[in-house]
Amino acid sequence: MDAVRTHGHAHHDDHAHHPGGIMRWVMTTNHKDIGTMYLWFSFAMLLVGGTMAFVIRAELFQPGLQIVTPEFFNQMTTLHGLIMVFGAIMPAFVGFANWQIPMMIGAPDMAFPRMNNWSFWLLPPAALLLIISLFVPGGGPAAGWTMYVPLATQMGPGMDFSIFAVHLLGMSSIMGSINIITTILNLRAPGMTLMKMPMFCWTWLITAYLLIAVMPVLAGAVTMILTDRHFGTAFFNAAGGGDPVLYQHIFWFFGHPEVYIIAIPAFGVISQVIPAFSRKPLFGYTSMVYATASIAILSFIVWAHHMYTVGMPVTGQLYFMYATMLIAVPTGVKVFNWVATMWKGSLTFETPMLFAIGFLFLFTLGGFSGLVLSLAAVDVQVHDTYYVVAHFHYVMVAGALFSAFAGVYFWLPKWTGRMYDETLGKWHFWLTIIFFNVTFFVQHFLGLAGMPRRVPDYALQFTEFNVISSIGAFGFGVSQLLLPYIVIKAIRSGEKAPQRPWEGADTLEWTHLPSPPPYHSFQTPPVVK
Amino acid sequence: MRHTLLATWAGSVLLAGFSGLASAAYELNMQAPASKVAQDVYDLHVLMMWIIVVIFVGVFAVMFYSVFAHRKSKGHQAAQFHENATVELVWTIIPLIILILMAWPATKVLLSLRDTSNPDLTIKVTGYQWKWGYDYLRGEGEGIRFVSALATPRDQIQGTAPKGENYLLEVDNPVVVPVDKKIRILTTGNDVIHSWWVPALGIKQDAIPGFVRDTWFKADRLGTFRGQCTELCGKDHGFMPVVVEVVSADKYSAWVGEQKKKMAAQADDPNKTWTLEESKARGAKVYAANCVACHQANGQGVKGAFPALDGSKVMNGPKDGLINVVLNGKPGTAMAAFGKQLSDTELAAVITHARNSWGNKTGEAIQPAEVRSQRK
Repeated sequence: MDAVRTHGHAHHDDHAHHPGGIMRWVMTTNHKDIGTMYLWFSFAMLLVGGTMAFVIRAELFQPGLQIVTPEFFNQMTTLHGLIMVFGAIMPAFVGFANWQIPMMIGAPDMAFPRMNNWSFWLLPPAALLLIISLFVPGGGPAAGWTMYVPLATQMGPGMDFSIFAVHLLGMSSIMGSINIITTILNLRAPGMTLMKMPMFCWTWLITAYLLIAVMPVLAGAVTMILTDRHFGTAFFNAAGGGDPVLYQHIFWFFGHPEVYIIAIPAFGVISQVIPAFSRKPLFGYTSMVYATASIAILSFIVWAHHMYTVGMPVTGQLYFMYATMLIAVPTGVKVFNWVATMWKGSLTFETPMLFAIGFLFLFTLGGFSGLVLSLAAVDVQVHDTYYVVAHFHYVMVAGALFSAFAGVYFWLPKWTGRMYDETLGKWHFWLTIIFFNVTFFVQHFLGLAGMPRRVPDYALQFTEFNVISSIGAFGFGVSQLLLPYIVIKAIRSGEKAPQRPWEGADTLEWTHLPSPPPYHSFQTPPVVK
Repeated sequence: MRHTLLATWAGSVLLAGFSGLASAAYELNMQAPASKVAQDVYDLHVLMMWIIVVIFVGVFAVMFYSVFAHRKSKGHQAAQFHENATVELVWTIIPLIILILMAWPATKVLLSLRDTSNPDLTIKVTGYQWKWGYDYLRGEGEGIRFVSALATPRDQIQGTAPKGENYLLEVDNPVVVPVDKKIRILTTGNDVIHSWWVPALGIKQDAIPGFVRDTWFKADRLGTFRGQCTELCGKDHGFMPVVVEVVSADKYSAWVGEQKKKMAAQADDPNKTWTLEESKARGAKVYAANCVACHQANGQGVKGAFPALDGSKVMNGPKDGLINVVLNGKPGTAMAAFGKQLSDTELAAVITHARNSWGNKTGEAIQPAEVRSQRK
């Protein structure tokens, strides 16, 4: 391979054919540059969305209205949700996909490099639209990230901004997915059969199909809101023969697979990290692939469990209850497989492994509260309360975000060629997991006792737990500033990383590529046995 | 200096924590049920929690055993097994069996929760931004209708007055129902989707504009039960509580009599001609109950969200257009159609009030007849 590189193909290598300065990033078609941009973009959005969470928790620190008006509070909860889901979590995993998939399957780059560039550069304008919406007359969208009608129809122009933002984000996701599917199906190294692929690639292959299936559905739903708002249609307006509940069906037909679009790549990262630090192959690889695919398929047929209180026929409720409970089976298989991977391993607990164990423990807890919510009769009690808020933060934060952290610490030595500070990484983990639980565990109790979500003020009996939750949230938010510090410190002055810093890591990027890897990962395909 | 500040801050947080502990209210479970369905839901939830605790402890006992015993620092060598068809089959089938066992009680409770047949009393609940309207449709008390809004004064919310015991969970007109009678609740919405929830009674039902949904409860003990709107419905979503008073059959009959008398006394003569002063005074009350949340007491509205009435062109312009807006609302905005909530007299009065308050001085009283002529 080196011989090839020093011959006439030198212009393919490192600093040869891309412009310098800012234009390098604007014009780049390189999967690593684009992956890096996705990850930094996602972190920036995590801070923006996190700031909004600060505002929310500050207002809820005490009963009464102290800091913001109720209408601004609703804008905060709405944008916090939209920005975290579409701006922070989803792009983070696309960033991982960009960096890792070509390296893991032995490809030089993604299949469609220019489209890759475009799918990233659609994100900043979308984020800007969301943020600018706060400053237009009437303020940002305030109908919740679910944008339920008719409330969404009442909003000011801020709503149109977020509808267009959703369009852009959807286009970006669809193009990214096409790219990922094509890369995985066509650019695998000889000998890398589908059932030999690293689990991370499998999870992304499945996720990409989910995205292509549901993003157009969301785009359709918000477009119907747009035409209801401005062009006299009545898709969702009962007075014109429409149905507001129809919107909820369409939204959640997107929304439930969306949950797995976020969770499945997270499963993928965890399935790489746990075997690496257990020094033992992933237990039940085949069943893991089947379990992931079953979760993806089931995710299409359970959407109305988000709508148990809309008054659908009881038979409908029963169907959605049974289908939803069924998801516990493949999810359980995954959890058991991870535990079995650790069993009789030779475990060490570097930061990526800590976050992976944190994920396993807390994501399972979120799965269990999901099981409680699947029971329609119980859900009727806790629907739209803080119980639900606690539940989805256990799966979105302790699930997806923890897994993203695990991935960043795991692959940082490969990406940058530098080791991060292990002590600081461990601090980051312990502060994060402790404050996370302080923030969100008590919210289960608030929900059970009767505190609705999306309220700027609450009755006095909810005060104590809200105080605890707010203190936790501030600690959680501040702790996250450690992450950029650790990353930048590693890039600037970290110890040089060997090709394979983790003893148990055995995928191609560790076994075949130096740290950092060359600009075009594999110019000649590796041999996979 | 910084240290003292930090210490003071930490101290006050701790103190807040401890005083919180002293004042209790660390409620860990659902509210005490006041109906059989609510009790069933409560029990189902507790049962689920125990099943979950057992599985959780089992799975993570294995994981943490591994974390402690199988570590490299203790010299543990990694085994290399990576599949076992039997084990994998077992841990697919056992969860399936547990789920089927769970589904049985869950189905039973759900079926009883949704069985709204043969009610003793039917009440229609209408969600408005941001209050509830109640119509007693069938059974004892038929014909009673009223609107129920938050009774907590604004200065308690703003923090200028101490908060009362039922802060945010008190209303001017609670729903009164008899004990041990099956009450069917029909829900609908006037503007956006709301959700009518009383935790202790175990029911929550979305109130959807253009559609009627139903649910039911049968309270098995006397008392006052409080809940809230649980579907985000705009600015004052957090400020539209539900209060249900469950009383004995006798007390209920007395309440019905009282309400009927009150309603008769309140009925305005629709043909009366009002003077400017009379109409303004009546309108001020209507304004305070229906308009201040958005347009504010000083008529300035909220910039960018809710238009000012003071000095507004529409407000000081031709009255027909204005009456139409108040009657039918303004589509695409938060301006509701008040035609269904308020009588002609009230509408005329509130328009008169707004056209003759702050800087507005049209100097004429709108008459109920003018409103009536605009109703379609």
